[in-house]
Amino acid sequence: MTTWNGYRRKDGSIGSRNYVAVIPAVTCANDVANAICREVQGTVTYMHHQGCCQLPPDLDRVTDTLISLGKSPNVGAVLILSLGCEGTDHERMYKEIKATGKPTEIIHIQELGGVSKAIRVGTDIARRLVIEISGQQREPADVSEIVMAIKCGASDTTSGMASNCVIGYVADKLVDLGATVIFGETTEFLGGEHLLAKRAVNKEVGDKILRKVKEMEDRAKSIGCDMRRGQPTPGNIAGGLSSIEEKSLGAIVKSGTKPIQGVLEYPESIDGKKGLWIKDTPGREPEILTGMAATGAQFMCFSTGRGAPQGFPSMPVIKICGNPNTFENMKDDMDLNAGLIITGDKTIEQVGEEAFEKLLRVLNGEMTKNEAIQYFSAIDIHCLGPVI
Amino acid sequence: MEELKIALRVNDLDNVATIFANDIKDGMEVEIRDKKGNKQPVKVIGDVPYGHKIAVKDIKTGEQIIKYGEEIGVATHDIKLGEYVHVHNLDSMRGRGDLEK
Repeated sequence: MTTWNGYRRKDGSIGSRNYVAVIPAVTCANDVANAICREVQGTVTYMHHQGCCQLPPDLDRVTDTLISLGKSPNVGAVLILSLGCEGTDHERMYKEIKATGKPTEIIHIQELGGVSKAIRVGTDIARRLVIEISGQQREPADVSEIVMAIKCGASDTTSGMASNCVIGYVADKLVDLGATVIFGETTEFLGGEHLLAKRAVNKEVGDKILRKVKEMEDRAKSIGCDMRRGQPTPGNIAGGLSSIEEKSLGAIVKSGTKPIQGVLEYPESIDGKKGLWIKDTPGREPEILTGMAATGAQFMCFSTGRGAPQGFPSMPVIKICGNPNTFENMKDDMDLNAGLIITGDKTIEQVGEEAFEKLLRVLNGEMTKNEAIQYFSAIDIHCLGPVI
Repeated sequence: MEELKIALRVNDLDNVATIFANDIKDGMEVEIRDKKGNKQPVKVIGDVPYGHKIAVKDIKTGEQIIKYGEEIGVATHDIKLGEYVHVHNLDSMRGRGDLEK
């Protein structure tokens, strides 16, 4: 059964978009990447702040995350920008992305003789790559090939009672149809982790959920303060969420009710696995958006109450707003109004079906509001250790 | 007469309910409703912003505050039926590095 059309990749994955990704191997290459992207239509870049003077596990984490971004099915070709002296393994990045069969190039700013020359050479390569992949046609795809990432941001008490319920409805429906759904925000499991562990497919997965939550909580507690104001945020609190426990119990509603197959590490790709998965990420937008795009999600459903406008360069983000007042106030940024559930004008199922139709259109190429306004450059990679 | 504003209690175990209405002021009457349609009128104590909570029964200091049928924190003061419940009288029990010093 054909339900959508996407870009088939040589590694078997299928994308909803067809970008040339210009990937800075280190933050020091960002400005060159940005200059190239301004010159060449159909390119995206990831302006992260990592990749040097970090502890080796974090350098591996950054390398692996950038590789996964390059392997994402929404990316048709890759140009890696290395400064030349960074801590990430840019040669491994090149080899592993190229192994997927997509056109892959790498340039080194120092070797080319500086910024201006690198911009010139990189622009020529990016232009060639864009032309090379621009003729690829969309091909029929089954609903079971969908990979959906989900997230909630700038939540209030409507999130757990409306917009997250809508995403939960869609998540259950997709899992029943044989597709893949990934949720994260480990911080926002605190207080609800026992409910998630009960839904794990086996004890090993349940224990890993509990361990990841403990590790996240221990990192927060190691600073010796009350987490409140960091989580929940002042905006969450103004929206009526009194504690991280209350926020979490509302947040996990978006994962639906299906069994949890496993927990992915932050840099990992989903690599064709099916069903409902967790990825270990923080709740903050720049880091979770990157982590979810690295998973290989073709798009994200993003629930909000107070109005979070952020997106991601190569992953369309559908905004589903649970607060009817916010939807009216921020209509230009919000794709769907789940506030109608709060006002009693629609049911969760009705808005859930609207969300399902919307996501199929987005997979087929329809732009989200976030894509149209290109509000997605503030992104980052989540690291665990200090910058040294 | 204007329709009563509703405070929504999502689980039978809950001792708080959420009010999705603007301009709820101290002394106004609202109706606590659960998913079975049970109704209980109550006078609100304190001004309650949109999406914030009130107690649906008296809660003693140190008692758990329950929403979605799960603990969302602990009462730091005695809380009366109808009283506004938020960070001023509810303490989170998670991520509390300050309690481990």
